[in-house]
Amino acid sequence: MKRHALVIKDMDNVATAIQDLSGGQDAVVGMGEKTISIQLTQAIALGHKFAVKEIAKGGNVVKYNSIIGRATRDIKIGEHAHVHNMESLRGRGDL
Amino acid sequence: MKFSGYLRPDGQVGTRNYVGIISTVVCANEVARAISDKVNGSVAFSHQQGCCQTTPDLDRVTRILSGLGRNPNLASVLLVGLGCEGTKMPEVREAVIASGKKVETLMIQEEGGAARTIAKGVLIAQAMAIEASSMIPVECGPGHIVLGLKCGSSDTTSGLASNPALGMAVERFVKEDAVVIMGEVTEIIGAEHIFAARARDKETGKKILDLVERMENRAKTAGADMRGGQPTPGNIAGGLTTIEEKSLGAIAKSGNAVVEAVYEYGERPCVKGLVLMDSPGREPELLTGLAAAGCNVIAFTTGRGAPQGFPFVPVIKITGNEKTWNHLQDHMDLSVHEVMDGGETLGQAGERIYEAVEKVASGTRTKAEISGYVQAMDIYVTGPVI
Repeated sequence: MKRHALVIKDMDNVATAIQDLSGGQDAVVGMGEKTISIQLTQAIALGHKFAVKEIAKGGNVVKYNSIIGRATRDIKIGEHAHVHNMESLRGRGDL
Repeated sequence: MKFSGYLRPDGQVGTRNYVGIISTVVCANEVARAISDKVNGSVAFSHQQGCCQTTPDLDRVTRILSGLGRNPNLASVLLVGLGCEGTKMPEVREAVIASGKKVETLMIQEEGGAARTIAKGVLIAQAMAIEASSMIPVECGPGHIVLGLKCGSSDTTSGLASNPALGMAVERFVKEDAVVIMGEVTEIIGAEHIFAARARDKETGKKILDLVERMENRAKTAGADMRGGQPTPGNIAGGLTTIEEKSLGAIAKSGNAVVEAVYEYGERPCVKGLVLMDSPGREPELLTGLAAAGCNVIAFTTGRGAPQGFPFVPVIKITGNEKTWNHLQDHMDLSVHEVMDGGETLGQAGERIYEAVEKVASGTRTKAEISGYVQAMDIYVTGPVI
């Protein structure tokens, strides 16, 4: 089946869209050899991420099996994960 | 691989054969460019540095100009200064002479102004260009490749396709005794635990961590969240959310190769294999640093489409974004976007990149060279202009 998005490593809680996706769509998400289906709560542009597991406010966002930032509010499965609900932990002269 | 290159007296090999007209200070840029404009086969290097800076920065400018003059893609060098600058012109001259190249120098104040300097410089450079054009390339191997790595205007396809594909090519170059130089220390922040674990030994691993810490501290002195600066607004529009995410994708461009050593900005490696060089992520400063370190070809991955090239080192543009490939045909040299939907394996894409480097090293022009989009140059300084 044609994949719409990829989960790079098994610990990841976000997937990356490899094409423009519509809100409400059941996205086919590749995880290594297998695929899962995630219903998107909103449109996701090529290259953008959405949650494949529930991420609570303050929780780590994980991609490449590594922490890429922290959720600044709860992120639901199928929801866009980006600068509006995630923050960096590094290079922060403001903290 | 085999390629036709220009063997220099010091044993380095050029993939191009230009006469370099190097401005030694910001105040001499116009004259260096005017000379180059009148001489086919010459290229000008201009920059914004060389005077009214602190000593460490002036020493660095002197070192970088020396490295650029020694770059094997230059057959000979004409240095153009003003006459009162902070750059140590004699040191630059001596360094280039030591590499066995022909070097001439002109000072605008000594020659009697810009017009006279340009007239004299054009005649000198024309003679150098004729001599350069008579040089015959020889057959060279991968051990003569000094490959610079860069990713710019990244998006998430960079981490999924173009960077890991380039990483496959890098692993092959390293096995075949090439030198591969990676910079962009800012884009290791958040991925240093993985990158440092690939170091040749503990000491090198510690140097990597120290370099990343130094760069992060520089960013913090601004007293702000560096997001918006890194990742850039373009990165963010492309889906990259944090520097950590950008970095984890960025380090993939060096594959799983062992990091043999760590160098300062523009420093010439004295080992084979993959090395890390201090530098920021911005194109002009990084491309200049890679050229000063002796790179004779640069592989540059991009997501949203970065057009920049360098005056005398060919820069190959590789994208993993299908839209960018279709939309920016006059800037992109190859696309590996099919990696993402399984149309091509990373290994196959890596082989295509390897072959592209081979062709470009033998003289095939890149899109940046053909379109003349080759002015991304400046010297990275860390202190104030005073």
